[in-house]
Amino acid sequence: MKAFAALVHTLGTSTGTNEKLDALANYFVTADDRDKVWVIALFSGRRPKRIISSSWLSQWCIDITGLPAWLFEESYHTVGDLAETIALLLPPPVMENQEGHTLAGYLEQLILLEKQTDTIKRQFITSCWRQMQREEIFVFNKLLTGGFRIGVSQKTMVNALAKKINLSASVIAHRISGNWNPATTSFEQLLSEHNTQIDYSKPYPFYLAHQLDKTPEQLGAPEEWQAEWKWDGIRGQIIKRNNELFVWSRGEELMTEKFPEYQVLQALLPDGVVLDGEIIPAAQNMPLPFALLQTRIGRKNVTKKNLEETPIAFFAYDLLEYQYEDCREQPLETRRKHLEQLVQGINHPVLQLSAVIAFNSWPQLTAIREEARQRVAEGLMLKRKSSAYQVGRKVGDWWKWKIDPLTIDAVMIYAQKGHGRRSNLYTDYTFAVKDGDKLVSFTKAYSGLTDKEFAQVDAFVKNNSIEKFGPVRTVKPQLVFEIAFEGIAASNRHKSGVALRFPRISRWRTDKTPDDINTLEDLKKMLELYGK
Amino acid sequence: MLLSFTDKGLYCAAGDFYIDPWRPVNKAVITHAHSDHARWGHKYYLCHHYTKPLLQARLGDNYYESIGWNEPIYINGVKVSLHPAGHIIGSSQIRLEHGGEVWVVSGDYKTEDDGISGAFEVVPCHTFITESTFGLPIYNWKKQAGIYEDIRQWVTHNAEQFNTSVIIGYSLGKAQRILTAVAPLEKPVYVHGAVWNMHQAILSAGIALPQVHRVTPETTKAELKGSIVIAPSSAEGSPWIRRFSPYNVAVCSGWMQVRGNVRRHNADAGFVLSDHADWNGLLGTIQATGAERVYVTHGFQSALSRYLNEKGIWSAEVKTEYGGEEENAESGKAVNTAEE
Repeated sequence: MKAFAALVHTLGTSTGTNEKLDALANYFVTADDRDKVWVIALFSGRRPKRIISSSWLSQWCIDITGLPAWLFEESYHTVGDLAETIALLLPPPVMENQEGHTLAGYLEQLILLEKQTDTIKRQFITSCWRQMQREEIFVFNKLLTGGFRIGVSQKTMVNALAKKINLSASVIAHRISGNWNPATTSFEQLLSEHNTQIDYSKPYPFYLAHQLDKTPEQLGAPEEWQAEWKWDGIRGQIIKRNNELFVWSRGEELMTEKFPEYQVLQALLPDGVVLDGEIIPAAQNMPLPFALLQTRIGRKNVTKKNLEETPIAFFAYDLLEYQYEDCREQPLETRRKHLEQLVQGINHPVLQLSAVIAFNSWPQLTAIREEARQRVAEGLMLKRKSSAYQVGRKVGDWWKWKIDPLTIDAVMIYAQKGHGRRSNLYTDYTFAVKDGDKLVSFTKAYSGLTDKEFAQVDAFVKNNSIEKFGPVRTVKPQLVFEIAFEGIAASNRHKSGVALRFPRISRWRTDKTPDDINTLEDLKKMLELYGK
Repeated sequence: MLLSFTDKGLYCAAGDFYIDPWRPVNKAVITHAHSDHARWGHKYYLCHHYTKPLLQARLGDNYYESIGWNEPIYINGVKVSLHPAGHIIGSSQIRLEHGGEVWVVSGDYKTEDDGISGAFEVVPCHTFITESTFGLPIYNWKKQAGIYEDIRQWVTHNAEQFNTSVIIGYSLGKAQRILTAVAPLEKPVYVHGAVWNMHQAILSAGIALPQVHRVTPETTKAELKGSIVIAPSSAEGSPWIRRFSPYNVAVCSGWMQVRGNVRRHNADAGFVLSDHADWNGLLGTIQATGAERVYVTHGFQSALSRYLNEKGIWSAEVKTEYGGEEENAESGKAVNTAEE
């Protein structure tokens, strides 16, 4: 565990990708195989099930330290991370256990605890705390609370592995994808080709596009490119193998159960097929706003009502495997031809083709792009017709060409301290528009300012707070910001009656006063135009 | 009330003087030379002997008077004495006594003896005015010796790769502690102009410090290879720092206790080296003064004040203009690393 804590520390403070890569690569050489398997699992989003709630962990820490609960809360809001807060508050170890468990040892203990009572969980966890140094407590708490985000992408982890074992990064990425259990899989099994148990569910690593950072003319001849709408849904793969159907999201989450609509495809799709596409709500072949999908994805069980109100379709745009053959190396043009034959042959409303947009010139396509919002698309996708289906985010052959966001001017009215690298800084803001003499809050936004601007706003908040409600400060309504967002939908969860998609601060309008901001009426007009 | 809280600063009506005022006044008693406490424009400054040359270096010519620790003087019948605060060189708590009432203003203080700033003295009083920069229980410091060892290991590791170690700390106080920490390595130490100026001022106060070299346009790359550079936080991410390439950056500050702060600085390392009392240091001191009333200034004043009240010590928050950001103002970087 000490070695893993040291690794997490190095990864957390390294500023360059190379440093992180080296730290991970070294870990993969020195750590034992069981630990390696768990590190691969953790850094690819395969945490063990959470066995205890944050509020219990907080309570046990309060009991041990004897601090008042409000002071624990205050500390938490300053640190911005529960695992770290507890690590900072707990006293140093009474009797440090030099040996301790290995990383795998702790994790396997935690899995065993899953079915135990809270008393037994408490006994185990607090006794671990008593034997650990601060860095270890932090990492241990992270394992307990989940959300192991420490600045390492799965790609970096895969590249580090590739440095140390004799396999290419893309092969590793594929072998560690899919459905495997770190508790029962050995390092050997995980990475060997002759995996004894064939995992039929295994998806391919997604090929991701970069935002177009030049004019389309610079891409070359228009006839070399295929254009499609860029849909606003969940990127996913549908897999049919061994007569079973699997649905994966881009976050490598198996979502088969969440979309019962797709089950009909189990009978309709031929065996040995993998489709890449977008999971989106749709009615009569037309996509619906993403906000509708959000009402479904958070749920454990999809109700009948959900199914009726938010019918889901799959807009397919690529074919990655056909007749059990990996066809990612074939040019897009060829894959597309097979995809069209396949989808048209099935002819079922749940499986749609993501249409190819016909165009002859870049100016023509630029004009078509303006229709994106009306079509509930975020813009266009440009794909080179000769391109292979690559792994990860690669520059050159696939581009997303989004339309400009919608914007609205608003005044900041609440502020709260941020998390992670914004700990102890007021960086989470709530914004309001005018409604007559009143201000109505309509969105939060966390990003878009530079560190320097955040520091200035933080200072403003500290000097201009009116009231304090727990961690939230109400602030003198004075600072005006331009909020950019991708979409707008009706919502009964917000006072304003709207919910924005991807809101962020696009500019600090130091040239404007609260008198100049937009009104609730303006928001409602936008809802009328784009939110239906 | 021996002291009242005015919009110019802490005011002693009986003696007609201010302590660390933030607007120009006739008579100011100064706890220490950091710019948020020692401001420009007063007609008269009273401070410790060691503080005087620092004020001269920072504020230029003014009417300064200095006294030693535990050498009481009377100002309009109010007995005034200075006592070591352990924060930086010359930093002092100010004890006022009048009509049987004793008040102590802590200024900024640190309870661990850093070997440079003078050992903090507990001064019994009826009313204690304490800072609260690190007034949350998440702030508890390791011993200085251990932190110094960590810094030396880091520097040694960098030097093995022929990298320069750039260590960030504010120029008055922290820079000198960093210098003391790295001196046993016997490597050349280069300093930023702001650190150099403070270094000279401290030498002129008659205090010995290890030798340093000023970074100038003439300093060659060869000289800097594997060396140590001490710079204030305004240097972070500036063009000035690029000349040391290849280098590693460390920030020394109590704020480094929280990982998010280290990440915000984009530093390669953060050393939790503070010139302020930690949570236990604050509580221990407040208890030891035997004060019946505690006013809490700059920092986590509402948390500390509420905690004291719940523990049965009468306490209230006081709004001041301390805790400024001298060395970060221009870079706008981390609000929190100023002259802590």
